[in-house]
Amino acid sequence: MISYEEALQTFEPVIGLEVHVELGTVSKMFCGCATEFGAEPNSQVCPTCLGLPGSLPVLNGAAVESAMRIGLALGCSIAEWCRFARKNYFYPDMPKNFQTSQYDEPIAYEGAVDVEVDAGTVTVGIERAHMEEDTGKSLHVGGATGRIHGASHSLVDYNRAGIPLIEIVTKPVTGADARAPEVARAYVGQLRELLLALGVSDVRMEQGSLRCDANVSLRPRGSDVLGTRTETKNVNSLRSIERAVRHEICRQAEVLLAGERVVQETRHWHEDTGVTTSGREKSDAEDYRYFPEPDLVPVAPSREWVDRLRATLPEPPHARRARLQQAWEFSDLEMRDVVGAGALELVDKTIEAGAAPQAARKWWLTELARRARADGVELVELPITPGQVAELQALVDAGRVNDKLARQVLEGVLAGEGSPEQVVAARGLEVVSDDGALGAAVDRAIASNPDVAAKIRDGKVAAAGALIGAVMKELRGQADAGRVRELVLQRLG
Amino acid sequence: MTPLSPADVTTMSASALADALVAGDVSSAEATGAYLDRIAAVDGAVHAFLHVDADGALATAAEVDRRRAAGADLHPLAGVPLAVKDVVATQGLPTTAGSRLLQGWVPPYDATIVARIRAAGLPVLGKTNMDEFAMGSSTEHSAYGPTHNPWDLDRIPGGSGGGSAAAVAAFEAPLAIGTDTGGSIRQPAAITGTVGVKPTYGGVSRYGLIALASSLDQAGPVTRTVLDAALLHELIGGHDRLDSTSINAPTPAVVAAAHRADVAGMRIGVVRELGGEGYQPGVRARFDEALALLTGAGAEVVEVSCPHFEYALAAYYLILPSEASSNLARFDAMRYGLRVWPEGKPEASAEDVMLATRAAGFGDEAKRRIILGTYALSSGYYDAYYGSAQKVRTLIARDFEQAFTHADVLVSPTAPTTAFRLGEKLDDPLAMYLNDIATIPANLAGVPGISLPSGLADEDGLPAGFQALAPATHDDRLYRVGATLEALLADRWGGPLLDRAPVLTGEVLA
Amino acid sequence: MAHLARLARIDLSDAELDHLAPQLAVIVESVAKVSEVADDDVPPTSHPLPVTNVFRDDIVVPGLTAEEALSGAPDVDRRRFSVPRILGEEQ
Repeated sequence: MISYEEALQTFEPVIGLEVHVELGTVSKMFCGCATEFGAEPNSQVCPTCLGLPGSLPVLNGAAVESAMRIGLALGCSIAEWCRFARKNYFYPDMPKNFQTSQYDEPIAYEGAVDVEVDAGTVTVGIERAHMEEDTGKSLHVGGATGRIHGASHSLVDYNRAGIPLIEIVTKPVTGADARAPEVARAYVGQLRELLLALGVSDVRMEQGSLRCDANVSLRPRGSDVLGTRTETKNVNSLRSIERAVRHEICRQAEVLLAGERVVQETRHWHEDTGVTTSGREKSDAEDYRYFPEPDLVPVAPSREWVDRLRATLPEPPHARRARLQQAWEFSDLEMRDVVGAGALELVDKTIEAGAAPQAARKWWLTELARRARADGVELVELPITPGQVAELQALVDAGRVNDKLARQVLEGVLAGEGSPEQVVAARGLEVVSDDGALGAAVDRAIASNPDVAAKIRDGKVAAAGALIGAVMKELRGQADAGRVRELVLQRLG
Repeated sequence: MTPLSPADVTTMSASALADALVAGDVSSAEATGAYLDRIAAVDGAVHAFLHVDADGALATAAEVDRRRAAGADLHPLAGVPLAVKDVVATQGLPTTAGSRLLQGWVPPYDATIVARIRAAGLPVLGKTNMDEFAMGSSTEHSAYGPTHNPWDLDRIPGGSGGGSAAAVAAFEAPLAIGTDTGGSIRQPAAITGTVGVKPTYGGVSRYGLIALASSLDQAGPVTRTVLDAALLHELIGGHDRLDSTSINAPTPAVVAAAHRADVAGMRIGVVRELGGEGYQPGVRARFDEALALLTGAGAEVVEVSCPHFEYALAAYYLILPSEASSNLARFDAMRYGLRVWPEGKPEASAEDVMLATRAAGFGDEAKRRIILGTYALSSGYYDAYYGSAQKVRTLIARDFEQAFTHADVLVSPTAPTTAFRLGEKLDDPLAMYLNDIATIPANLAGVPGISLPSGLADEDGLPAGFQALAPATHDDRLYRVGATLEALLADRWGGPLLDRAPVLTGEVLA
Repeated sequence: MAHLARLARIDLSDAELDHLAPQLAVIVESVAKVSEVADDDVPPTSHPLPVTNVFRDDIVVPGLTAEEALSGAPDVDRRRFSVPRILGEEQ
């Protein structure tokens, strides 16, 4: 395939993002069934979410409030009056064979967010945010890989059916140019941060509570007509959003440069191979026959209601970042790295829990970032809390563990061995701070290295390192190297 | 006092039976048993029931008798048995909506109205026959065979709730539940000489009613007297938090209105557009007599015009199929009901099985309406069909609003004709649709309506119906007019109209 | 007509198509009269009563057990609804 740079020489990419967020309500969108992840199959269902004959929906008020708060946080207008619609199509994981959704009357519309990328800020327009319900989940049986193709039959679990979803649709993002993949990633990352701050969703991409479809089209440089777009589904991490958009730009460029046409279709992203493959073609046969949902009454939020929700919004991300950067005394570069790594919330909570800002930043952007990369997960998905990181740093600050031991403690916490204190106790990782024991080890080191000791006595202080190393080795690293140095120089100074 | 015979029990009104139960003249077990015996005797000829739950009904009756003996505080209708249209979900009892697609389906839950009926201690005799998914005006579109009109077994009992109406008319039940989307309670009531009420949209919970057209459907009472209808209406009505469209206000005082039975000073509006051409002379004659009686009782009769009613049928046959095409999409062989594998295709996909099942499971009328609805909603046609129909709906609501400034209730014959012969209109859908011409406007506007017997048409000796409509949430007015007219007519006839119904085959055999 | 039947997932035989198509044509012609009065200034009515803002509280209410949920299923496997193979892409 042609390179990204080649693709961009001829074409300008236009992207659009559709993000589905599962709300964190305790009950479903239209019934009182629980929404807990991972329950026994078909144990969180009722006549309504199973679509049994005769059942009816009743709208979850908390879901409506979440939808409005999301809309407000995205700078959207809130509809004064809007309805649900039925989107009619047959699919076995959809209990009623229509999805109760919003069509031409979304609860929130016309907003914008500023997205920070390395080279500055890009404004992404928000077309709409609307409410809908999730579908059930199918397990494909009899195929080689558990995938849909080649399966002999499928097993459907409707626990997920009816879980509230908010679909957030951007306007076409033009002008991002070569940064389009980066903008796509940064937008979703920032959106996730916003949703976390709003407290409306746990936004765990790996559990599917935030799902992203990326629309990509190319147009010849200088043209202002939008090209044919594809919609790439199944993009389930921030990293894959960037990769998938980049891949799709290259693929489409190759198609166009070969004189062929891009097919308007759904494509599937394959994380393992890093390519998209053709899904179903979008055609006129796909006629959803939308019409207003007669079983739900219109939603008409009063001015007072909207104002009340507006007052509950967290500080806008931009203002918050500026405030925190100043409070933490981070450089622009440090701050951007924190934001770019999706670590702002984590660092903030770590500092709140008592860690110094630089220490908190260091943990999340070095040790933990390395670990997340190695595991192919997001920072927030690591099995460690900001409170635990702060606790670990407190151990360092108190001199109870040194840097090397601290890393071992971190390993223990990530391995699920408990809090830093518990790991220290269980693994016996605390530094030897008893001067008597340390002194004895120093004396033994001096005795076994008389020539080194002589050099130090002669004023060659740099030679102390050899003695310190010997002490640390004897104590298996569980000593404060600074204190050992002090004791060596005391005795030989 | 001589003890009540089974025939006495089954011919008395529900309110009289309720009084007899309270007085201890009869037990619920005896009354329920009498009705079950009557069903066993005549339902072979009438076929009003799709399922009879003798054990369940007798168990409820025994429980009510036990509680009554223990001095418990019981609902006024406790122990009075009733029949439920098969479109209403009943936990533990088959619920098929007259369709092959749901043959043998036993819901794991109760409709709200059934929960209220059970809580009040009314034994459920069984489930009544109906046009498939309530699509029809004759009960001939049931997958389980038609119901026969007790007045003439060769004729239709009306529809879609022909089973409920025939059960009540044939004394197989004192009370029944019906549902009315375009006249399915009122038109069978008219055709069988019984009383039927469609309450205000939202007045009775729809939770558990297998939906035909969600914005039109409404459940209501099917009875032999106006007071019985009011008693059942009061029991099943009222707010339900499981139905978003349920009205959050108390049910109008319908029982008090039925007792009051007074129309002095009431303005009764005759709708010019409902009653002219196409109405059978005998139907018209009985209607005019009823008007004269009401005038004699002190009502003021005025003529009102509802110019957009002539578009009601067209709007209805766009809105109903559209909503139905979506509501009936869930019958797809995946989660419940019939599953048909296409012949010679062992490797069939889910889609193939859906296609084959729905082809085998739906009858002709359902297919017609689903395809019509699919068409009316499809892109490119939505505005002309579904969108325009929704506008007509607005115009019809405005007509009502205007008419109700001149009249407290509006009246018309319920149906243009008396019962026609089985099979007569089966393959002429448009002719069939005309049966609902006078009942449909109320559903489009959500206003309540009643049908009660106005007498027998001279030309065929079959029952005709008198319809009254009231503004939304003023259902009590229907009962004032209905109870008044009922009493005046009974005086004139020397008893209820049903006294003149022919003796049924089963009775002769019994 | 065949396209509509497919959209509605009803496999109509040729005989049925021949039988139903003319009936539907008559019905469509008859109902088309709604457009005569559907002027631009008439708002459409989707709900018969002007009720808005009906919500439930976000609390969990016991629903069905898996056994009840699966009780009417044509086929069950591993506490799930067993359905024929699904063609096309995952949604």
